[in-house]
Amino acid sequence: MNPLGLYAPGTSPLHRAPAGPKLLVLLVVVTLVVVRSDVGWLAGACGLVAVGYAVARPPWARVWQVARLLLVLAVFVGGLQLWLVGPQAAAVTVLSLVAALAAASLFTLTTRIDAVVAAVERGLGPLRRFGVRPERLGLLVGLTVQAVGTLAAIAASVREAAVARGAGRSPTAFAVPFVVRTLRHADELGEALAARGVGDEDADERTG
Amino acid sequence: MISYRAVSHRYDDRTVLDDVTLSLPEARVGFVGANGSGKSTLARMVNGLVRPTHGEVRVDGLDPTSDGAAVRRRVGFVFTNPDSQIVMPTAGEDVAFSLRRTVKDRAERAARAAEVLAAHGLEGYADHPAHQLSGGQKQLLALCGMLALDPDVLVCDEPTTLLDLRNTRRFADILAGLRQQVLLVTHDLDLLAGFDRVVVLDGGVVVADDAPGPAIRYYRELVG
Ligand SMILES: Nc1ncnc2c1ncn2[C@@H]1O[C@H](COP(=O)(O)OP(=O)(O)O)[C@@H](O)[C@H]1O
Ligand SMILES: [Mg+2]
Repeated sequence: MNPLGLYAPGTSPLHRAPAGPKLLVLLVVVTLVVVRSDVGWLAGACGLVAVGYAVARPPWARVWQVARLLLVLAVFVGGLQLWLVGPQAAAVTVLSLVAALAAASLFTLTTRIDAVVAAVERGLGPLRRFGVRPERLGLLVGLTVQAVGTLAAIAASVREAAVARGAGRSPTAFAVPFVVRTLRHADELGEALAARGVGDEDADERTG
Repeated sequence: MISYRAVSHRYDDRTVLDDVTLSLPEARVGFVGANGSGKSTLARMVNGLVRPTHGEVRVDGLDPTSDGAAVRRRVGFVFTNPDSQIVMPTAGEDVAFSLRRTVKDRAERAARAAEVLAAHGLEGYADHPAHQLSGGQKQLLALCGMLALDPDVLVCDEPTTLLDLRNTRRFADILAGLRQQVLLVTHDLDLLAGFDRVVVLDGGVVVADDAPGPAIRYYRELVG
């Protein structure tokens, strides 16, 4: 098991770049990619992300992992769009999906979660007087990044179980247990977080 | 001290705990019973995860439902599945996460986390990706995440159910050495050998409450 969402240590300029600005760039890139629908522009964005990978030089195995996932998604989603809507829409969807997911993976490959959480907490500090709680948002970011890895792991084990039962590529043999296990995981995670005092911070503030 | 007074619990209209009264001053208390007998429901009440529909639960005189934060500072909880309890990418960060409210300095937090790991069989694992640990190591990490807060009570709900024999032994050895009061829900009756008291549940009712020897004998007759 090797979750996608995990940091791969390195010394490239992308690794050394501060987490806060890097996160901002990622958000801008993802937003642009989602709102633009110009094929040439989107292809350019994909190229730019590819350059990012060349600079960061993550281990090949990790790049292959990301690429494989994107390929499967591209074929599946692209095929569906091609069939339902048409080639133009399919190209736009596939390119923006690939650019956004590849950029997000590049970010998690080159950034420690601890640094992301610290950056979010720092960046949102000024919003405290509007009732925003940066600690809570920092935790949210940490958990979200972790969730990518957890979901990948659940998907892998559900697929293995389906293969073992001879249900190979049946979509229901995958979807049903995947959803059930994901929900159960969310439920258990919620309880574990409560047991670790998440949500008790307000009481701390009241009692000092 | 933990106590239950006339505690009943219902999910929809099914009664899963029926009039349970217990005072638990002993250092080591075990809970056994068939699947669905109400063990987890009873255990979860100790830190306010489940609120009894009738009766009251007290932890050092505090009510876990209204004084949840204060109770959770005294009570640590270890669940069955370690994967659901680990929230940060590395072992050290995960333990440090528990310390975020009490230790403000990041470096000091990391140092304290490494100490807790080293004291409980995970020396040198602070920078190790948490999800690459073995199942047994993950459960030790979950335990460390709780012990970092230095609680007075540790509630463990089937903590070894997903572990192999060797890791179960290791977990039990570490549990035995803790200064904390331990409430342990388990199907592994061997774990209860050195315990002070074992409570047997059946259909939401306490059917035996005794030293481990007689209580376990009763339980075996009940199921066999
Ligand atoms: N959240 C819930 N909603 C409805 N029923 C529940 C819920 N949690 C547990 N139960 C039911 O309550 C009973 C006791 O469950 P539990 O305390 O988990 O037993 P045990 O831990 O001894 O296996 C079981 O029949 C279970 O199905
Ligand atoms: Mg249970």
